[in-house]
Amino acid sequence: MPHVVTGNCSDCRFTDCVLVCPVACFHGDDHRMYIDPIACVDCAACVPACPVHAISESADLSQDQQMWVQINAYKSGNTPVIRSKQTPLAGAEERRAALGYGPS
Amino acid sequence: MNAIGSADNPLRVAVIGSGPSGFYAAEALLQSEHTTEVDILERLPVPYGLVRYGVAPDHARLKDVANTYAEIARDPRLSFVGNVTFGKDFTLRELADCYHAVILATGAATDRKLGIPGEDIQGSHAATSFVGWYNGHPDYRDLVFDLSGGSAIIIGQGNVAIDVCRILAKSPDELRKTDIAAHALDALAESRIREIHLIGRRGPVQSRFTSKELRELGQLSECDPSVDPNDLLLSDACKSELADVREPTRARNFDAFRSFASRQQEKPKCCRIHFFLSPREARGEHKLEELVLERTRLVGAAGRQEAVGTGQTLSIKAGLMIRSVGYSGRALEGIPFDDARGTIPNQNGRAEMTLAGKCPVYVAGWIKRGPTGIIGTNRADSLATVATLLADLPTFGSQQKPGREAFAFLLAQRATRSVSFQGWEMIDQAEKARGTPFGKPREKFTRIPEMLAASTGRP
Repeated sequence: MPHVVTGNCSDCRFTDCVLVCPVACFHGDDHRMYIDPIACVDCAACVPACPVHAISESADLSQDQQMWVQINAYKSGNTPVIRSKQTPLAGAEERRAALGYGPS
Repeated sequence: MNAIGSADNPLRVAVIGSGPSGFYAAEALLQSEHTTEVDILERLPVPYGLVRYGVAPDHARLKDVANTYAEIARDPRLSFVGNVTFGKDFTLRELADCYHAVILATGAATDRKLGIPGEDIQGSHAATSFVGWYNGHPDYRDLVFDLSGGSAIIIGQGNVAIDVCRILAKSPDELRKTDIAAHALDALAESRIREIHLIGRRGPVQSRFTSKELRELGQLSECDPSVDPNDLLLSDACKSELADVREPTRARNFDAFRSFASRQQEKPKCCRIHFFLSPREARGEHKLEELVLERTRLVGAAGRQEAVGTGQTLSIKAGLMIRSVGYSGRALEGIPFDDARGTIPNQNGRAEMTLAGKCPVYVAGWIKRGPTGIIGTNRADSLATVATLLADLPTFGSQQKPGREAFAFLLAQRATRSVSFQGWEMIDQAEKARGTPFGKPREKFTRIPEMLAASTGRP
């Protein structure tokens, strides 16, 4: 069961995940990140790295998050690998605070 | 004189250690804008450190990260030199003659001690020894573990402890198709261990397991995990830690513990996950017979709770004890070392040492920050070290360094037999071929002379 990037990444795109991915399985576009399910080795290093807890093992997804499995698989095939930290999207910090994950 | 890192004066760096942090440091150097050559120097004839010798054999997918390292190693600007030992085959001073900088990525190869009486009694082992043994590490392959008793104790509740637990709990059929060393598979097939105790000082909310690994314990063919339901009655401080949205792993793990607590014990083996217990004394006439433990309770505010003894003791009978309470690096000759932390003192990866007129030394991975995090954590760590090194580049001067040719000449003078990456690929192929008849992904060579023989590619 690969890991997937879920909705919290959209409009944030902090990309801390790519720094800890041991196998370069993260792809991204202007909106968010995607995990290539074939490349992912399920090490879970990215899970605690994400400031907005956007990444889950597929087994942990709620019913309304299941769609992200397919979205990650499809979009990772059409977007470039991201290996270095990118600038988060404008408004990312505000969104992080709104999600309840702001710095304590 | 051209600046270091220009086409006429490539930045030449030696990385000591070929585990994850060594390879990620090399990758970061090669991806920099500078003209760079990197040599990875490794004590064993084979690369990949804990990916080969730490990751459990039944976690084959995780071992695939080695493919990423192989890709890095095939870059012509990188050279792998195996079977060469720091302080024995070469010194820091000699490296300084050959390279502009050295990155130490030697890991944390020794266990921390419990500090209790009887700790070294026969039957009590460090987790590094057991893990090295089942993974076929040449330093540990001749160890003998007494698996004839009915029960085993594992001290510690991290991912290494759970790996050890799973290997002891699995049936031979669950291990047969993995790359577990043949000597370990044979010994484990004869194991009479039926009860495995996993001991933690603190409570279920403070456990450090990865949820995925914890759940795996519930999916074994011959072993049921169990948890005492009383250990799941939470204090207010624990409830507030459990509810912290920033730490979703706690709730996931707690759900797993709850399912273990209500589980029917039907399988022949059992893994008991104990909380609030601290080891006090290992006892036995000639070998381990029982471990005395003290019950603990948590004190302090939520998020900073510590376990303290209650004075109440109990004992668990066992013939085997594996200690997995953390790791420590080993000091390297001529390099300052922090014994308490088991690391090399450093500022953002630059080792705190002065070597007048010599090359600067950097550190990456566990020897830099201590044994925390998992494989990928080391990538971010190595990137940070390389960023420090590259920022320091203007202070290196403009001197040319001869790099790998001079280093190879030095080794040749000493008649040191080194192994190249092509040599490792020969070993790799031979190991895979050895595994095929048994349906294993590989059968590792577990002795250095065997590895050296295979590296030549001649049968």
